[in-house]
Amino acid sequence: MNSIYKASVAALALGVASTSAFADGHTVSGELRIVSDMSNPAPRAVMEGLVADFGALNPDLNIELTIVDREAWKTQIRNSLTADAPDVVNWYAANRMGPYVEAGLFEDVSDMYEDGSLPGLDAVKGAMTLNGAQWGVPYTFYQWGIYYREDIFNELGLEEPTTMEQEMANCQVILDSGRKCYAIGTKFLWTAGGWFDYMNMRTNGFDFHMELARGEVEWTDERVVQTFENWAALIEMGAFIDDHQSYSWQEALKFMTDGDATAYLIGNFAVAPMRDAGLDDSQIDFYQFPTIADVPQGEDAPTDTFHIPAQASNKDNARAFLAYVASADVQTEINAGAALGQLPVNANSGVDADEFLEQGFDMLSNNAQGGVAQFFDRDFPAEMASVGMEGLQEFMVFPENRDDILERLEDARQRIYQ
Amino acid sequence: MATATTQRSWYKRNEIAVTPWLFLLPGIVMFALYVIFPIFQSFWISFHQWDGLGEKTWVGLANYERLLGGDRKFETSFWNNLRWLVLYLLAIPMGLFISLFLNQKVFGIRLYKSLFFFPFVISQVVVGLVFSWFYLPGDLGLLNVVIGFFGFEPVNILGRAESATYGIIAAGLWPQTAYCMILYLTGLNSVDPEQVEAARLDGAKGHRMLWHVILPQLKPATFIAFVVTIIGALRSFDFIAVMTNGGPFGSTRVLSFYMFEESLSEFGFRMGYGAAIAVVLFFIMLGFITYFLWSMYQDEKGAR
Repeated sequence: MNSIYKASVAALALGVASTSAFADGHTVSGELRIVSDMSNPAPRAVMEGLVADFGALNPDLNIELTIVDREAWKTQIRNSLTADAPDVVNWYAANRMGPYVEAGLFEDVSDMYEDGSLPGLDAVKGAMTLNGAQWGVPYTFYQWGIYYREDIFNELGLEEPTTMEQEMANCQVILDSGRKCYAIGTKFLWTAGGWFDYMNMRTNGFDFHMELARGEVEWTDERVVQTFENWAALIEMGAFIDDHQSYSWQEALKFMTDGDATAYLIGNFAVAPMRDAGLDDSQIDFYQFPTIADVPQGEDAPTDTFHIPAQASNKDNARAFLAYVASADVQTEINAGAALGQLPVNANSGVDADEFLEQGFDMLSNNAQGGVAQFFDRDFPAEMASVGMEGLQEFMVFPENRDDILERLEDARQRIYQ
Repeated sequence: MATATTQRSWYKRNEIAVTPWLFLLPGIVMFALYVIFPIFQSFWISFHQWDGLGEKTWVGLANYERLLGGDRKFETSFWNNLRWLVLYLLAIPMGLFISLFLNQKVFGIRLYKSLFFFPFVISQVVVGLVFSWFYLPGDLGLLNVVIGFFGFEPVNILGRAESATYGIIAAGLWPQTAYCMILYLTGLNSVDPEQVEAARLDGAKGHRMLWHVILPQLKPATFIAFVVTIIGALRSFDFIAVMTNGGPFGSTRVLSFYMFEESLSEFGFRMGYGAAIAVVLFFIMLGFITYFLWSMYQDEKGAR
């Protein structure tokens, strides 16, 4: 059994190099049940396309695809993995895999990384590794950074800043012109986590940020306080839009499209709605979050993934599908600007000719020497993330509550990481 | 054949005693399986640390020590629950006055009654959404447009920790008032016209008529309105989830929302702690339920 499966995986590895090889008879057959959380319009089309193409390559395979709401999936996955598990599911990289890996609900797919059936994935292997093994394959990731209104910057004679001093000088000009510097909507908290990630990674470096995520540093540490002081300088000059605690990130986008705020620290997924709102590429542009201290720049680049439940019944077919999704050509295709509009995880894939994808890919390949983080709510354990993000939101509205907030987070840290 | 006869005769002999239990049996089984058993299960889980997937770890009373020993989220939730319970009762007098106002025979009164009842028919989620748009900060929300017309500064009701809970309660009162109104309208139908006539001959009118003649006859309606309003106040979950998601800064949580957050939300799955909150909430509710049962028992005894 094992050798048959090894042979088929090896065949797939060959097939990956040139997709047409699939058609030569190295196909899988039987059943494959996929549950996907790619429910937004563009990702949904991609997922359906993936299934159709994989089905065409494997005519004897009967694929059953169920697409569930992305938010609902975050809680449904538990039931799905334990009762009548499908063969392939979507999830997220890094610590977010933790609960399912610990509970033995994700299949260990280290063998796929070892036997060469996943060529080109070495760079992203780390994000899939927990307890020394790999638990799934990624299919897309995207950069975070500052998206700004190029036309307003030109009107005010501003340049893309590279340091925090320049950033704040720019911001003063923007404020004097009657606008706000940053749109943000913190109603659902996580957007504040993005700001904290960058302020902390720029103030204390990537390694310190990860120590904090692993609970090895106290929240009341001077260095953390320094991060919050740097952040407070922006808050106190009125850089952020008012009442951001009442908006979702989509609602806050309106401030940017109306020109009432000039920039937005967000992931690349925000580009599509900005374009839909009528901004063209001459009006929006992107720059890397400016430096604060002299530390190598770390970046947030969240990765979305596919996994095989440990209780799946067609694991060989599932492995074939995972290898297919991560293969270079498929990666190029599904991450193109017209499809997901994000970055491919395979080093051999091409990045679509898109202003933002090119800049993001260049930034992550050449200018993220510090390291690549997943995101606040994926790097920190779940409970710490939820307590933390609530504190961050409060800090953004009442920066004077800093010490109280940090003490609360420190209490939580001592309890959670014991 | 012989056994069948004896069985039938045993049933015949005990028919009167057994039949009620046979009819009750499905209900008892369901109630035990879906209500009684989960209650004790919650008690059991609340003594553990458990992520819902792996092994449970026995922690004794640790969850309760943390919960009752100065958990700020719990304190906020508890006081918010009390605010809901007290302020939600405003729905009863408001419903009463609207029903008195609508209890007349003019052209189109049925239409007016339906319009007043309308908010109770639409889903709580929709009511919550409508109110959160109404409260939108800046000049986006209708509320700020209206108070801006009178020269007031714009307010951000749901964005401020001090006002957010009251904003949500106000939204909740809208459908709840309609519910109380319909209860009183049916109650007013059964007011004895002869008593009203007699009171009028004795010279009673206005608030004396209301207080001494009408209200005592509405006592059953008041009792039901009280019960459904208390239950409604404890079921405030939908409004909170839709309007603020517990925020800003966790200031609008109530116990049921906190329980959900700890045990079932995206960053939750601390089942033990969630169960401990559920147990505390259970005892609070038990207080009310005991009171209702006791007063119903008293009423029945009086009627006998």
